[in-house]
Amino acid sequence: MTDPTTATAASTNREPGRSIRRNLPVYIGIGLIVVYCLAPFYWMAVSSLRRTNDIFEVSLFPSPVSFENYAAVFDPSQGFLRALGNSVVVAGTTTVVALVIAIVAAYALARLDFRFKRLVMTGIIATSMFPVVALVVPLLKLFTAIGWINTYQAMVMPSLSFALPLAVWNLTAFFRQMPAELEQAAMVDGCTQGQAFRRVILPLAAPGVFTTAIIVFVITWNEFLIALTMVNEKSMQTAPVAISKFVGASQFVTPFGSQMAAGVLMTVPLIILVLIFQRRIVAGLSSGGVK
Amino acid sequence: MTATHAPPEPGRTRPRARVTGMSPGRLGALLVSPTILVLGLVVAYPMLAALRQSMYGEPGLVNGFVSDEEPYIGLENYTSALFGPSAERFWNAFYNTSFFTVTTVLLETVIGVAMALIMHRAMRGRAMVRASILIPWAIPTAASAVLWGWIFYPDGVANAILPGAPILWTTEGFQAQAAVIIAEVWKTAPFIGLLTLAGLQVIPDEVYEAAKMDGATAWRRFWHVTLPLVKPALLVAVLFRLLDAIRMFDLPYILIGPRKDSVETLSMLVHDEATANLDYGAAAAYAVLLFLYVFAVVFAFVGILGADILGDRAALRRMPVRRRRLLARGGKP
Repeated sequence: MTDPTTATAASTNREPGRSIRRNLPVYIGIGLIVVYCLAPFYWMAVSSLRRTNDIFEVSLFPSPVSFENYAAVFDPSQGFLRALGNSVVVAGTTTVVALVIAIVAAYALARLDFRFKRLVMTGIIATSMFPVVALVVPLLKLFTAIGWINTYQAMVMPSLSFALPLAVWNLTAFFRQMPAELEQAAMVDGCTQGQAFRRVILPLAAPGVFTTAIIVFVITWNEFLIALTMVNEKSMQTAPVAISKFVGASQFVTPFGSQMAAGVLMTVPLIILVLIFQRRIVAGLSSGGVK
Repeated sequence: MTATHAPPEPGRTRPRARVTGMSPGRLGALLVSPTILVLGLVVAYPMLAALRQSMYGEPGLVNGFVSDEEPYIGLENYTSALFGPSAERFWNAFYNTSFFTVTTVLLETVIGVAMALIMHRAMRGRAMVRASILIPWAIPTAASAVLWGWIFYPDGVANAILPGAPILWTTEGFQAQAAVIIAEVWKTAPFIGLLTLAGLQVIPDEVYEAAKMDGATAWRRFWHVTLPLVKPALLVAVLFRLLDAIRMFDLPYILIGPRKDSVETLSMLVHDEATANLDYGAAAAYAVLLFLYVFAVVFAFVGILGADILGDRAALRRMPVRRRRLLARGGKP
């Protein structure tokens, strides 16, 4: 609806002849941006497809293409599949818990007037500024004392410290954009505020909730410090920790090929998500303003 | 009388009556309470525990007896970090953190704004650029650190492209800092670009046309029109990047490694003290100092530059602009 592309396109159509030459620097700039963003990732993908013997080649295409690095990653002794599974559990649980709690809070912050509302908002934004490492030290001591080291909850709970404020923030911005007339109409028709929320707002807010879920999932999936601190057993490692501790055939050779393959594997699901929902993610990121 | 008291579905009316009976104030408090409870548990409690912990030392010999109790030592952890035996390591980490924060955020902002300006002028291919710009954002920092470790390997592609003698990027020294900065900027500049682009898109074209008519050069239009108008969006993006950079941990930890003087940040120092040395008191003291540093930066940023983190001032400002824009477009034939 508020599509700025149409506006700019309209203004350039007035001078069709000059537009291509005038826009040449823009196209060069676009090319530079794409290369800047994609080249390192491309290098990861290319390196992951080289044979171990060709790993130091600098050609732009792998020849011959080999999947031996992927075979090495999937080798049960490496335990990377298990690590991916752990990541799914930790990031998935954190996302679901954060969203369920955040939806109601965000609705209240966006729509209801109550005492200390500004204080609550300031408090929530302030918690997202706390250095995670400061929370990790006492929690490590506490979790050691109650035997929570090497458990999922030891990773999920601290992750809520950044996932929850982020979710509340994004959803509040989203609820604010929805016209208040929607609920007012529903309430005139006899709904209570609670019913208006459940039957009218929530279904309409589904895209915003979904976008927030993706953003929170991506951020939690990337979490490294908590997972590194709270777990010392290989079987409980998440993917980011596992990839940083990859071991090769001998401990003196870094297995770059399989590291790259693991990097591709843990990134590709996110990239697919991002590509499918890019419009919404960009809108969500810019309305939330956080992260 | 009986008719008004006979609702069609009695089961449904009772909760309705109760909810409508609740004032918005109480409903609001009820709805935000789970969030406050969880944040209290995972943020406020650990923070207070860290404050308390920072006043305790390591368990050890007390009056000749081995003790499991951590002795209360007051502010000794702090004085040791600031002026005492740990001062050198602390101030080195403080310097590294500040250096990384200033350089990366500065570079990210310049590159990000440039990217946004280019994307804003692109008519075609915007979807493709937006997709590619999201990829560095989506790559987990751990994966990107491993990737850059491979690029900066002595026999890696960075040295193959660069002329001259190969650089040992991941060894102690300025080159290690440069490697961290390059990898960090790569991952986060597109993010600033994305948020700035969103800010650019709500500026009506009429503003530029008016400036052009008044004879403003491209540079003056950027400096006096574009920049002030994207400032609210940009400031918030930069503030959150600043906070992230001050807490930097993953990238130098994986790319260069722990306990390296040239890249050790405050977060790495806290982590090392807590997990390798098991000195929770000292770790907590460093963490509190890091927190104070973050707090000071936020305070300065909000106070001096007027960053609008709560977003309500920006919302107020954005509304009329969007409406003006709609009106302007509606008025066009």
